[in-house]
Formats: sequence, C-alpha cells, structure tokens
Amino acid sequence: MKISYYPGCTLKNNAKNFEDSTLCAMKQLGVEVEELSRWNCCGTVYSLATDDLMHHLAPIRNLIRVKEAGSDSVMTLCAMCYNTLKRADERIKNDPESLERINEFMYLEKTEYKGDVKVLHLLELLRDEVTFEKIAEKVKNPLKNLKVANYYGCFLVRPRGIGLPGEDVENPTIMEKFMSLLGADAVDFPYKTECCGAYQTVDKPEIVAERTNQILTSAQKQGAEVVVVSCPLCAFNLDRRQEETVQLYPEFKNMPVLYFTQLLALALGCGEEALGFDLNYIDPKPVLKEKGLI
Amino acid sequence: MRVNISRRRIKDPFVKKVEELSGQNLLACYQCGKCSAGCPAVSQMDILPNQIIRLAQLGLKEELLESKAIWVCASCMTCNTRCPKGINIAEVIEAVRLILLRKSKDHLIVKELSAEERAQVPPIALISSMRKFTS
Ligand code: SF4
Ligand code: SF4
Repeated sequence: MKISYYPGCTLKNNAKNFEDSTLCAMKQLGVEVEELSRWNCCGTVYSLATDDLMHHLAPIRNLIRVKEAGSDSVMTLCAMCYNTLKRADERIKNDPESLERINEFMYLEKTEYKGDVKVLHLLELLRDEVTFEKIAEKVKNPLKNLKVANYYGCFLVRPRGIGLPGEDVENPTIMEKFMSLLGADAVDFPYKTECCGAYQTVDKPEIVAERTNQILTSAQKQGAEVVVVSCPLCAFNLDRRQEETVQLYPEFKNMPVLYFTQLLALALGCGEEALGFDLNYIDPKPVLKEKGLI
Repeated sequence: MRVNISRRRIKDPFVKKVEELSGQNLLACYQCGKCSAGCPAVSQMDILPNQIIRLAQLGLKEELLESKAIWVCASCMTCNTRCPKGINIAEVIEAVRLILLRKSKDHLIVKELSAEERAQVPPIALISSMRKFTS
C-alpha cells in the first residue's frame, strides 16, 4: 500500500518526532509513505469569512500537488492541516462559483482542481485501510500498564462533517480504541475535546496555561500517566507551556505529553532515533522506563 | 450594563456586514445561552458568546468592536456544534474581528514580540495567530 503524504510546516521542525515516529511505524506496517515533492503551508486555519476566497488558495494548491503526484488521496498527521485542507476542499466542492474563481486565479497552475482529492488523517487510514486487527498483530512491545489519556482537541473532531468520519463530535473514541490495541490502558477524561487555547499561545500564554492546568489535571485525576495528542499546536501548549503553568498554578504536577505515533512506533519496536523523545519538553523516558518499555 | 437600543442601530450597515461576512442569520438566535455554557474561554471574556450575538442583532457596534472577548475566542468550534439553531457563532466572531482587521487595525503586533518569544513558538502557532490577528 502506498499513500501520498502532506507534512505541513511544523512537522519539519518542532514536531519532527511526530513525523519520524510515523514514518518508522508505517514502514513496520508495510505502508509506503510518499511525501509530496512540492508543497506549501496550508495556512494553518480555515478561513471562516464568506468572502475570503484568497486564503483557500494555499490549501487548494496542495491538493493540486497531490493530483500531480498521481494520487487521489492524501494523508495528513497534523490535526490543523487535516482540518484546513479538508474544509477548503469541501467548501469549493459545494460551491461551483468559488471553485471556478479559484481555478481562474491560479491560471498558471498546469492542473485544474475539481474537488477530487480525498483528505485523510493518519488515524482514519490506520483504522480503515491498514486496519486495527493488522496493527495488533504487529505489536512487538505492548504498552502494558501504561495509563494513557487521549486528547483530541478541536480540529480532529470539529466541525461536524469535517472531523474524523464515524466519530461522535462530543465523545470520540478512536484514540482510546487505538491505545488499547497497543496494549495500553486507555483513560477516558472529560476534557479530551476541550480547546487548549490554540494560537492564543503567542500573545496570551496565560490563557493556555489555564487550559493546560485544567486539561492535564483532569487527565491525572482519572489516573493518566501520559497524554497523547495529534496536533503540534496542542503538543506545544500542553507540553512546552507546562513551564508557565507551574509558575501560575504551583499545585500543578508536570506530566509527559506525546504524539500518539510515538507510542505507536514504540509498540511496533522502532528505535530511539525514530521516537525522538529529546524533542518532548517533559521527558517521557522515566515513566516509560518504569514500565519496562524502553 | 445600560444599553440603548434603537431602530437606527438595528438598521446600521454594520449588522448587514456581520451577517454577510459570517453567512449567518443573526435573528435566528433565541438567546438560550448554550454557546456560552460550553465555551472554554468564558472565564477570560468580558462579554459572552451569546451576548456577542445579541449585540450584533441590535447593532451595538461600539460595544462589540471594543470587546476583549472577540480576541479571546480561539475558533474552537464548540459553540457551533452545540447551537440548537444551527448558528455558527465562531463565524460571527470572526466577522467582527475582520471588520477591525480590514481597517488595518492589527491586534497582534508581531514586531513587538521579542526575538525569544518568536523563536520559542512553533510555526503553526505563529502563522495561525497572524492569520487570526493581523490583516
Ligand atoms: S446557542 Fe445558538 S441560539 Fe443559543 S444563544 Fe448561542 S447562538 Fe443563540
Ligand atoms: S469558538 Fe470561540 S466562542 Fe465558540 S466556544 Fe470556542 S472559544 Fe468560545
């Protein structure tokens, strides 16, 4: 099996461990991942204004690149890229006038876009194409006794119709199922789809610290030892912003936050280089060592 | 808060502009408050999401344009998925922000961030905040 892959900007630096762990895991699962030979930033957020077609150009250009790679679907890892690409596609697919204007504007492109590329998130691909059963068979290092809280945040699940197909917008469970399959104890917690503060982190980090305190404390109350995410912005806010969180909320206790693919790669037997724990702010190694996983 | 409502304000082009930019019918809102009940940002807001809709309905432009809440909203879409009237509140808030931003009134002044602050945050944070808070 082969799949086109759109990484997005942050996976090439701060979230390199998200990419590396995914690539190693996919290799173990026999999926050939082919990064687009050319791509640009998707814009990170979907433009909500009715008249703002301009900001849909960036995501649509990437979908053109997918077609040029000879593919009709593309895999994303970052929840924000997933949301932005998928919504831009939906928007112009359902609005022939916008589609025409966008194509006219991009007259220098050799390929015309027709709303004919399917945007997939890695989790969806693992569930529907690779299948969870097959992944379970390949687990070499089951994550025994590790209590994992699964944080979805916003863009993996909302809005309705764009979030992961087949998942309840208020109570998604795909990540819990996934972690159980890897041998971990999946912990449910009430803040799993509550916003981390997103881009407020740039000029109002105190907002993010408040959320991080609430979200992680709630996960800890349910017994979680680590939290997994699927978005580099959630990861930054919940992991790196623990520094500010402790300063503002002295009773707050640090906890490791990982990409779900780091645990997947670990369970499939990938080496340290692919796991990239050095990029995690709160070191996950002590708890993983304690469980005999590394 | 004391508010003066008038036909003149309700008919202000501002109301139409918000409706156009957001693609929402403001009068569909019956003020149930569900959007505010689930909003994770309310503790930081000076006016709540349902009040934003109310002020927009009534054309209370200054109150809206000067509010802090429109910059605290993180477009998390929780309110949108819960509104029983199918109103996209996040789109309405974006419309109000855009009315200011399109007058080149940036909310985030990137050059005021220290080099350290800029280097610390990942591209996804910087780009999304510039997309939301600058024109
Ligand atoms: S949830 Fe909808 S109907 Fe209720 S107050 Fe909010 S916008 Fe109005
Ligand atoms: S989109 Fe904005 S107003 Fe709506 S729930 Fe999220 S933060 Fe609150």
